[in-house]
Amino acid sequence: MIKFFKDRIDEKTYLLLITILMFIVMYGAGMIIYADKGFAKPQMFFNLFINNAGLIVTAVGMTMVMITGGIDISVGSVVGLTCMMLAYMMEFMKIPAGLAMAIVLVYGILFGCVQGFLVAYLKIQPFIVTLAGMFFCRGLTAVINSEMINISNAVFLKIAQFKIYFPFLATLNKKGKLITPFIYPSVIIAFVVLILIYIMLKYTKFGRAIYAVGGNEQSALLMGLNVRATKMKTYIFNGFLATLGGILFCLNTCAGFVEQARGFEMEAIASSVIGGTLLSGGVGNVIGSLFGVLIKGTIESFITTQGTLSSWWTRIVISLLLAFFIVLQSIFASIKAKNK
Amino acid sequence: MSKLFQKITRSQLFLPIVALILVLVFNVIKTPTFFKITIMNGTLYGFIIDIINRASELVILAIGMTVVVASSAGTDISVGSVAAVSAAIICYSLGPSQEAYKVPYLVGIFLGLMGGMLCGVWNGFLVAKMKIQPMVATLILFTAGRGIAQLICAGQIIHVEKVEYRLLGSFLPGVPLPTPVFVAILVIVITWAILRYTALGMYIQAVGINSKAGRLVGINSSAIIFLTYIYCGLCSGISGSIISSRIAACDANNIGLNYELDAILAVALGGNSLGGGKFSLAGSVIGAITIQALTTSLYAMQVTADQLPIYKAIVVVIIVAIQSTEFKKWFSNLKRKYAIKAEAAS
Repeated sequence: MIKFFKDRIDEKTYLLLITILMFIVMYGAGMIIYADKGFAKPQMFFNLFINNAGLIVTAVGMTMVMITGGIDISVGSVVGLTCMMLAYMMEFMKIPAGLAMAIVLVYGILFGCVQGFLVAYLKIQPFIVTLAGMFFCRGLTAVINSEMINISNAVFLKIAQFKIYFPFLATLNKKGKLITPFIYPSVIIAFVVLILIYIMLKYTKFGRAIYAVGGNEQSALLMGLNVRATKMKTYIFNGFLATLGGILFCLNTCAGFVEQARGFEMEAIASSVIGGTLLSGGVGNVIGSLFGVLIKGTIESFITTQGTLSSWWTRIVISLLLAFFIVLQSIFASIKAKNK
Repeated sequence: MSKLFQKITRSQLFLPIVALILVLVFNVIKTPTFFKITIMNGTLYGFIIDIINRASELVILAIGMTVVVASSAGTDISVGSVAAVSAAIICYSLGPSQEAYKVPYLVGIFLGLMGGMLCGVWNGFLVAKMKIQPMVATLILFTAGRGIAQLICAGQIIHVEKVEYRLLGSFLPGVPLPTPVFVAILVIVITWAILRYTALGMYIQAVGINSKAGRLVGINSSAIIFLTYIYCGLCSGISGSIISSRIAACDANNIGLNYELDAILAVALGGNSLGGGKFSLAGSVIGAITIQALTTSLYAMQVTADQLPIYKAIVVVIIVAIQSTEFKKWFSNLKRKYAIKAEAAS
């Protein structure tokens, strides 16, 4: 039986399958246990995407970095900084929403350049570089403003609250009122990014180079790939995606404050790892990361629907899940090593 | 003469000591009374005393971090959270009563330290047995740790009202120096003695330089790495107990916040390679004191606590970049080029 699986499914698909199965089981269980609290409603399902659009984009960037064998723990504070920058620019400097977003994205690219240079060209451990990056951005957020800023920019709010309805999924609520499930534009952006990056990783030269570099740096170098440039570009992409994720996150919260998105990096890393990205690099899939994000969202929904548990439980459960999947990965790796 | 100069600059302690002197000189220029120490109510007061006092918990953390870095070539980024967990356990077990502790004082401290060691066991298990990258493995406790601490305190800040609880973080009666300094010195001496008079120090270096080679010469690599993580957990626990004693409470959100960066910075500043292997405890201790001096002087310059990380992050990146082999290669290439040019000119 085990041999049957071993022959047909390799570890990557195995991990991905476990993740998808886990999500279906968890959500299914939620639908049965909390049926009376609206867990089975389509809107509840769409809320998963609405609440986590930013995380999806960030996790996609994280997956790219992790495929090269690196890691980026600065994304949480980059997201926090993005929100603060947007809020400050729009509220105090009266910069139009579009320009503010563009400035933020440019900052993300520059930040990615610096981190990428330090990792790829000076060969400093990615963890140390991005740990410093994490504290840098968190500090910068506090330098910009230490108070909470609510965004009241008309254009920004319009984008944030523009509802896209799905009339064919409409259901009646208890009072007989018709409820049409909806999503916000942020979800669409997240999906466009997801699909674009999926295609890029799968079918472009750069995408394949990322896998090659992560799989074995020496071989990639001998194959004639420019390892350093590939790594650097990945970090630039990641910086861009982290700020884009930050914008989507901000569209959801419409505010900027220092403590925002603390622990976000953990959620992004956990989503990638749960989605089957190997920490050692070379293996990973953005679709898996999407399911990782959805699992995290489901746990959150469980905890909010349950009502009495403290929100700290989300983080603890995510950490445990991360630990579980990391251990699973290491078991797979040791099986592989034995088979050789 | 030049040989002596070279010997001094090549020494591992050169960079940390120069950095410390730089920070101190800067402070003296800004505040001329910097080195003044006065006696008030039988205890010593002054900037220097304050820095050494505040640096104690960082010194302890840096020692734990040093052995972890040396053995596993990775850093333990959960130290701050683990400190919070220990503090939470201690405050929870001692209880908020003004008259008496719920359990004897030493039992409470012991439980807290055991909690810290347990976290170390978890980290060590993931790193040594499951062969997971140290920073990813410790990332789990880095985020979950504060959640666990919150759960222990039930989301509240437990104040330990009994006055004696503050002794660990302030002054013992009749002793002019703050207690944390003695604790830090004790930890330094014990660690130094263990590493100096047993083969453990040698083993740690051997494992850190090449764990496979270490295993081949008969060292149980994973056991050594496991041990260093437990020790690091214990150190985090000790510093957690000191921090919580300073404020006589457990504030799960703020105890040990950002200490992981400070501890890594202390190790890096102490001239220890973050790539594992050779290490110097003295370097880390001086590094930790330098960082505390830097923090204190930044506070004096009206930098708020949440803006502080920005400066430290820049310092970390600069130090690590200078340490990196690529930079050294680039630098020596540049030097060679200049030498050739000079030769050609003459």
